[in-house]
Parts: sequence; C-alpha cells; structure tokens
Amino acid sequence: MPEAAPTRLPDILGRHQQEILDDWLKLQAETFSRRRDLISDEELKQQSASFLQGLRSAAATDLDPRGPAWQGVRDLLGEISTSRVRQGFSPSETATFVFSLKQPLFARLNRELASDTRALAEETWTATRLLDALGLHTTEVYQRGREQVIVRQQQDLLELSTPVVELWEGVLALPLIGTLDSSRTQVVMESLLQQIVDTKAGVAIIDITGVPTVDTLVAQHLLKTVAAARLMGADCIISGIRPQIAQTIVHLGVDLGDVVTKSSLADALTIALNRAGWVVTRTAPGQAAR
Amino acid sequence: MGVERVEHLPVRTDEDLVRARQAVREAAVALGFSLVDQTKIVTAASELARNTIIHGGGGDLKVERLREGARSAVRLTFVDRGPGIANVEQALRDGYTTGTGLGLGLGGARRLMSDLSISSRPAEGTTIVAIRWRQ
Repeated sequence: MPEAAPTRLPDILGRHQQEILDDWLKLQAETFSRRRDLISDEELKQQSASFLQGLRSAAATDLDPRGPAWQGVRDLLGEISTSRVRQGFSPSETATFVFSLKQPLFARLNRELASDTRALAEETWTATRLLDALGLHTTEVYQRGREQVIVRQQQDLLELSTPVVELWEGVLALPLIGTLDSSRTQVVMESLLQQIVDTKAGVAIIDITGVPTVDTLVAQHLLKTVAAARLMGADCIISGIRPQIAQTIVHLGVDLGDVVTKSSLADALTIALNRAGWVVTRTAPGQAAR
Repeated sequence: MGVERVEHLPVRTDEDLVRARQAVREAAVALGFSLVDQTKIVTAASELARNTIIHGGGGDLKVERLREGARSAVRLTFVDRGPGIANVEQALRDGYTTGTGLGLGLGGARRLMSDLSISSRPAEGTTIVAIRWRQ
C-alpha cells in the first residue's frame, strides 16, 4: 500500500525520540507495575528503544508493515514476543507493548500538527494502521510460540510415558499408562525391543494397570509386541489385568493365546524370577513387609 | 422413555476417539453403571468409533442418557457417510475384516452392549445404534 503523500512520522519520531521513549516507558511501567518480577527495567528499556529506532527507519522507506523494509521490525517483535511467552506474559500484555506506544506518539503528533488538522488526521491514521498491524503480529508470534510449547510437551510425554525399566538382571518391565494410540505404540514397541537387545533380557513384563481401555486394537498391539519380543528371544508376561478388563476381553472374543498373563506386577515378577532361575529367600521369618 | 441429556461429538481423528471415550465414560458413571459395565460400554464405544473413522471415513457420535422409570441406559449413535457395509451379517461375524484388524470389533461391541442395530446402505453410509441398560 504505497502512500501518495510521504509521511512525517519518521521526522517527528526522530526529533522527539527521547521524549517519546521516556513517556512510553513510564506508561509501560504503570501498566506492568505488577509484572515487574517478570522483566527487568533495563531489558524493557532496551527493547523499547530498538523498536522505536526500527519503526522510524522502516517508516521512512515504506508504509506497508508487511513489506521487506519492515522485516527487521517484525523480527525484533518476534523475538520480544517469544521471550514474553517464556517469561509468562499473557497475549494481551504482550500486544500492549506495541499498543501503548500510541498515546505518547499521538500526543507528539497533536502538538506538531496542531495547525494542520488534515495532516494530523492522516498521520494519526497512518500511525494507527502501522501499530495495529505490528501489535497483531506480536499476538500471532505469541500464539505460534505457545503452539510450539504444546508440541514439545506432547513429544516429551510420548517419550516419558513409555519408560522401559530393568527390574532384575534379565527381567525388563514396561509399565504402560494412558491410551495406546498407534504412534505411541510404535515408540513403546521400539524402546522395548531395543532394551531387550541392550540388556540381553530373557523376560519382559508388560504392565497395563494404567491403561483404561483395552479394545481390540490395543489387544492387537499387545499381541504384536509380544510376538516381536518372542522373535528376539524374550518371553513376555502381561500383568495388571483388572477384573473389568478381563471380562471385557472375554466379551470381545480376543484370544491372548499362550501369552502368560497375571493380575499384578508382583505376580509377574515372581514368575519372571523363577524362569530366570532366581530364588528369593526371606532371611527374617515372621517379619511382615512394612 | 425420557432422554435426560444428549451430547454430540465429532469422530474423525484419533484425538476425537479419546474424547469420545471420555464422554461415554462420563455418561456411564453419571448413570450409575458398575465399573465392569462402564469398561464394557467404553470399550464398545471405542470399537465403534474406530470403525467410524477407519471404514466410514469419519462421522459423528451422539451420546444419550436415557431414563425409563427406575431403569436407565446409555445410547450411542454413530453416523458416517462412508461406503456403507455390503453384508451386515458377515461384518458381525468374528474374525471377518476388510482391514488389518482382528475382525472382532463389531461383533465384540454387540456382545458388550444390550442391543446393537446397524442400518447401512452401500455408498450412502452407516448408522449404528448401540444401547446398554443398567440392570
């Protein structure tokens, strides 16, 4: 959107830069008085000064905030926005950074162009248009930052929720928690098979205590995992089958075949130790577990 | 027979499936079903919802809480606009599958619920109504 008449914004911004910056900082300090803990005065001052500087030089070349001349300003706002996400600011607090510049800027325009109302209206409109577009840009970047955080957390969860632990020499346990949709099942299967190789385990216990629903797809995934482990020379025991799950599996008609199943992880460990040739002996008879 | 509450849910993605299971579980808990029955209803819902996604190309689920005197029930209605089921008898048979699953989902769901009815027309879609009464 090229403008017919060149704007006087850069000129006014240039001549009153320090004043505008001081007023703007004061205004921001008032708005964010309760957010002092999140950002230092020094950082805010530095960000504000660079933005003002960028605004001035970009407005001197082009008035389209999406144009190449504004790339630097947009990048700067992007950085500020991303750091605000991390610092814990809300989206409106982040956008206020840009919007709060309006008041000090308009005050200067008012004073400079008091004699020419038409120019005043035009410059005010230009400034509003620019700052609105830049304010919305910060919100968009903020949103993207949030989405990245969510995606990272999902990936973390994917990794976290499928730990394979070594219970005993040669005995692995895979405590499954949550829903077993296909992408997670893949991760589960891979990490179990890898651990079987790494630890040379002969027995793997898959515990489904934390799986709320076992439908035919989950059952099929379990059977496939057991089959793959078996091909690698490890026997699998499925533990944590609660009464309601057992009844449901029967009604579904799922045949678990010759897979060894147990209701508790403790029972499964007993079998696993037995198979691995271990004998656990209590040395102090009569002492109940505390 | 009074409908106490109706919920409409999309069944298109894996995330929808998780939400559908949660909604069905909530309904079953609210109606006072036992833990075993809750699990059966949720599992049946999971099977049918997955069929809607895989075979029906996605659709919608209606979860209704019904009351009739002292009895209560949960009714699940799955609607899709997919290719339909050519032979319903065959589809209900254990071990029959057109996909890569175990072929137990539809028959299993029927056994887990009190009643399950399928109306399907080739090229027009499938509607499955499953109901479970609280004894």
